[in-house]
Amino acid sequence: MSKPPPTARNEWPLWEVFIRGQHGMSHRHVGSLHAPDAEMAIKNARDVYTRRNEGVSIWVVEATKITASSPSEKGPMYEPALSKVYRHPTFFDIPEDVGAM
Amino acid sequence: MYAQMVKSEIADGGPEMDAFQARIDAGERIEPKDWMPDSYRKTLIRQISQHAHSEIVGQLPEGNWITRAPTLERKAILLAKVQDEAGHGLYLYCAAETLGVSRDELTEMLLDGRMKYSSIFNYPTLTWADIGAVGWLVDGAAIMNQVPLQRTSYGPYARAMVRICKEESFHQRQGYDIMMKMAQGSDAQKRMAQDALNRYWYPSLMMFGPSDTESVHSTQSMKWRIKINSNDELRQKFVNQTVPQAEYLGLSVPDENLRLNEETGHYEFSEPDWDEFFQVLNGNGPCNAERIAARNKAWDDGAWVREGMMEHARKKADNTKLAVE
Repeated sequence: MSKPPPTARNEWPLWEVFIRGQHGMSHRHVGSLHAPDAEMAIKNARDVYTRRNEGVSIWVVEATKITASSPSEKGPMYEPALSKVYRHPTFFDIPEDVGAM
Repeated sequence: MYAQMVKSEIADGGPEMDAFQARIDAGERIEPKDWMPDSYRKTLIRQISQHAHSEIVGQLPEGNWITRAPTLERKAILLAKVQDEAGHGLYLYCAAETLGVSRDELTEMLLDGRMKYSSIFNYPTLTWADIGAVGWLVDGAAIMNQVPLQRTSYGPYARAMVRICKEESFHQRQGYDIMMKMAQGSDAQKRMAQDALNRYWYPSLMMFGPSDTESVHSTQSMKWRIKINSNDELRQKFVNQTVPQAEYLGLSVPDENLRLNEETGHYEFSEPDWDEFFQVLNGNGPCNAERIAARNKAWDDGAWVREGMMEHARKKADNTKLAVE
C-alpha cells in the first residue's frame, strides 16, 4: 500500500484502486492514482486500470484513510497462528473406515 | 529499455544491509514499508521515474501521427496505443511514489531537466512508416528489458512491469503489422519502410545503453535485482530476434558487418555511434528541445484544470459538511 507523498503541495490526493475482476470474485488491489475527488478517482481508475475488460466493479479509497499493519510486527502478529496446528483439519487422524469427513 | 545509464548509489554496509541482501538473494520481494537501505531507495526512484518519464515523453513522437493516420482503423489503434503509454507512465509513477516521492516532484524534475528519459524519443517520426518502426523496434527493445524486470526485487515495480508487459505485446505487433503492409505495398511504400528501418536501427540498439560489463553501477544494481541482464546481453538478444523479422519483411538491416556466426548462433553486428548517444542523452539530439518544450507547455496549459478541479472538490466537500451541520 502506498504512503502519501511527503510534500503536501496542491497535488491531487492519492487513491488506492480495488477491482472485482469478474462476478463472484472479491475486489483486489490493483494500484493507485491521483484524483481530486472520489468521483474522478473512479473515472480515472476506469481509464487506467480497466482498458481491457479487467473488471466489473471498482472501489477507490483515499490512501491516507488506509491503516496498515507494520512489517516489524510480523513476528508477534502472526506467531499465534503458527503454534495452533490443531486449527487445521489435518491435525486429526480419522480412521479410513469412518469415510469422508 | 527505457532506463539508461542509471547511476546506482553504492551500498552502505552493516548487519541490516546483510539481512536485506539475504532477502533479495532468497528471491523475496521488498515492499514499500519494509526496511531498505537509502542507496537502494534512491537508485530505484531514479530508475523507475526515468522509465515513467520515457513512457510519457514517448507519447509525443507517436501522437504526431494520430491526426494523419492513413485510415480510421489505424487512427483508433494508434490512439489506443498512445493511451496505453500514458497508463504505463502512471503505473510507474505510482510505483515510484511508494518510495516516498510525490508525482509532482518527479514531473518537475523532468520538466527542468534534472531527470532524463530514454534517448530514443529524441528522434523524429518523419513518415507513417516510422510509426511502424517505433512499434516494431522501439517497443520490441523495451520488451527485451521489461520482461525480466517482472522478477525485479521491488514489489510495486515488478507488479507495474507485469501489467505493462501484458500490453506491450500489442504495441509491437501493431508496429510490425504496419511494416508488413508497407513492405508489401507500392515501391514508394517499400522505400518508406526501408528508410524508417535505416533511421531507427541504430537508435534502437542504443536504447540498451553502452556496454556495462565493467560498470560498478550495473554490478550493484544486479546484486539488488533491479537490473537482471547486462546491456550487451539484451542487445544481442534483440538483434538475434529482429534480423529474421526484417528478412521476412524483405528489408535490409543497415549494417554491412551483420552476419550470423554459425558457431555461437548469434549475429555479429556493428556498434552504434556512442558519441551520438551521449550527445542525445546530454540534450543535443534532433528533438530534445521540442520534447521538453511540449511537456512544459502541456503542464503549464493544464495548470488551471488541475487547480480548478481541486477547488471544485474542496467546495463540494465543504457544502456536504455544511449540510450535515
